[in-house]
Amino acid sequence: MRDQFIETITELAKKDDRIFLITGDLGFKVLDNFIATCPDQFLNAGIAEQNMTGIAAGLALEGRIVFTYSIANFPTFRCLEQLRNDVAYHDLNVNVVSVGAGFSYGALGMSHHATEDIALMRSMPGMTVGVPSDFIETDGITRFFTEKKGPGYLRIDKSWITGDNASSGDFSFSKARVVKEGTDVTLMSVGGILEEVLVAEEMLSSLGVSCRVLSFHSVKPIDSAAIIAACKETKGILTVEEHVLDGGFGSAVSEVCMDNNVFPKKFSRIGLSNVFSSVVGSQKYLRKHYKMDSNAIIERVQKMLS
Amino acid sequence: MDTLKLANTIRKDVLRMTNLGSSGHIGSVFSIADILAVLYGEVLSYDVKNPTWEDRDRFILSKGHAGAGIYAALARSGFFDVAKLDTHYKDGSDLSGHVSHKGIPGVEFSTGALGHGLSVGVGMALDAKRKKKDHKVFVIVGDGECDEGSIWEAALFSPHHNLNNLVVIVDYNKIQSLNTVENVLSLEPFSDKWKSFGWDTRVVDGHDHESLRVALTTPSSSPIAIIANTVKGKGVSFMENTILWHYRTAKGEEYDAAIKELEESV
Repeated sequence: MRDQFIETITELAKKDDRIFLITGDLGFKVLDNFIATCPDQFLNAGIAEQNMTGIAAGLALEGRIVFTYSIANFPTFRCLEQLRNDVAYHDLNVNVVSVGAGFSYGALGMSHHATEDIALMRSMPGMTVGVPSDFIETDGITRFFTEKKGPGYLRIDKSWITGDNASSGDFSFSKARVVKEGTDVTLMSVGGILEEVLVAEEMLSSLGVSCRVLSFHSVKPIDSAAIIAACKETKGILTVEEHVLDGGFGSAVSEVCMDNNVFPKKFSRIGLSNVFSSVVGSQKYLRKHYKMDSNAIIERVQKMLS
Repeated sequence: MDTLKLANTIRKDVLRMTNLGSSGHIGSVFSIADILAVLYGEVLSYDVKNPTWEDRDRFILSKGHAGAGIYAALARSGFFDVAKLDTHYKDGSDLSGHVSHKGIPGVEFSTGALGHGLSVGVGMALDAKRKKKDHKVFVIVGDGECDEGSIWEAALFSPHHNLNNLVVIVDYNKIQSLNTVENVLSLEPFSDKWKSFGWDTRVVDGHDHESLRVALTTPSSSPIAIIANTVKGKGVSFMENTILWHYRTAKGEEYDAAIKELEESV
């Protein structure tokens, strides 16, 4: 998905010289094509995310459409006040691209786990929050970000969906994708963890449980209609995210239900529960360790329906 | 324009605004009133009828707590009605204590949290360079503000990218929030620090208009850092060089005495 972002932004930047990409000295080899193709629209700001984000604001004030690029929490937490005061308050088209969602960099340790970023970014007034699960969504969000007003956040995962369960056809920003139709329970997820949801869905299906699977590539704005329909049409909602439960995707889904006075018959959330990970491991390993994998999803669904 | 008169008017406006609003940072505005007057009176290119004119010079007040000063400078330069100044700090007003751009023509950028404005100015200067535009970017930062690491990120970046269209003016009044700069976190040798980062560093008396004019307008092949030696509370004898007047608002007899002193000094 990272390479897809670069491919799309390079194509767009060739046609629109307002588009500007700034890296915080990360993206070895990955950014080469953009740099070679659009050198005047590129900047390596060095390892200085506060300055990078302030510069992005300055460029956007001059009419540029800016993308800041880094990994994990560096382009969000490290420069949060710059994002709040300089970017969001001025309603600037500055888009933060963070590679390494959730446990993508699992073995690198806690500093490189992006597990609170959705909560942080979606609290920011005017911020659009995109969390793709496949190439078409990554491409679509990137294109949408260049056209919208105000700031954006693109959370790029190391895992993604391919084959029949990936997006196909036209992309419509913020509309939840129905990956599987079903009637018993609705499984909702953001990002690459959809792969765990799909494994669980297949197993549950063989056990006679019919799951609707919805993939949300946008947490803000969120597709309220899809959530409300799931409340009414299925027997419960389970949200799945590679992120802390506090303020994340599941929280956003529950807010939609409460705000609209539409209540799912059963509701549960899978995610990190008020912890940092100090455990070393791959993304797959850490999902299992923190009970966010397909087995955990199956168990939770069975409990919900029991 | 008579910049001495403009500086005096800005000080009187700010005294009145903070008196009416019962809050503000008088000492912090008074230390930069002369810099603002020289910038808006002579140095900056702008069009009050078209505040977003593409070729204007950009000015950012990074030490946003001196917002009353920029509001007064803009009103006196014709960007908006002077009467609006009296709404400063009032319920429902656009004129917040820290400078905000919303609803105020001429304000390039909102500040208040320290250490933000210089990087934004760097972005504007970089954009002008890439577009081969001739306008300049001026940023005022406070001395206490230079405690912030982000200032030094921007200081490192600007000479590396040859941003000689960027001018930073440091209001070196040597007093910060709780104590003197020397006692809180010493900046000395201050001008040497900027020099060593690659800035064309110019040390001037921040209340001497001719020195400021020369320092602000003499071109350079490097970004320019003007270390303006200033006096906090400059212009009213009992406010000068005191921490108290970083916070205090002049009321009653104090207000009358301050206004009298400013009127007699023109």
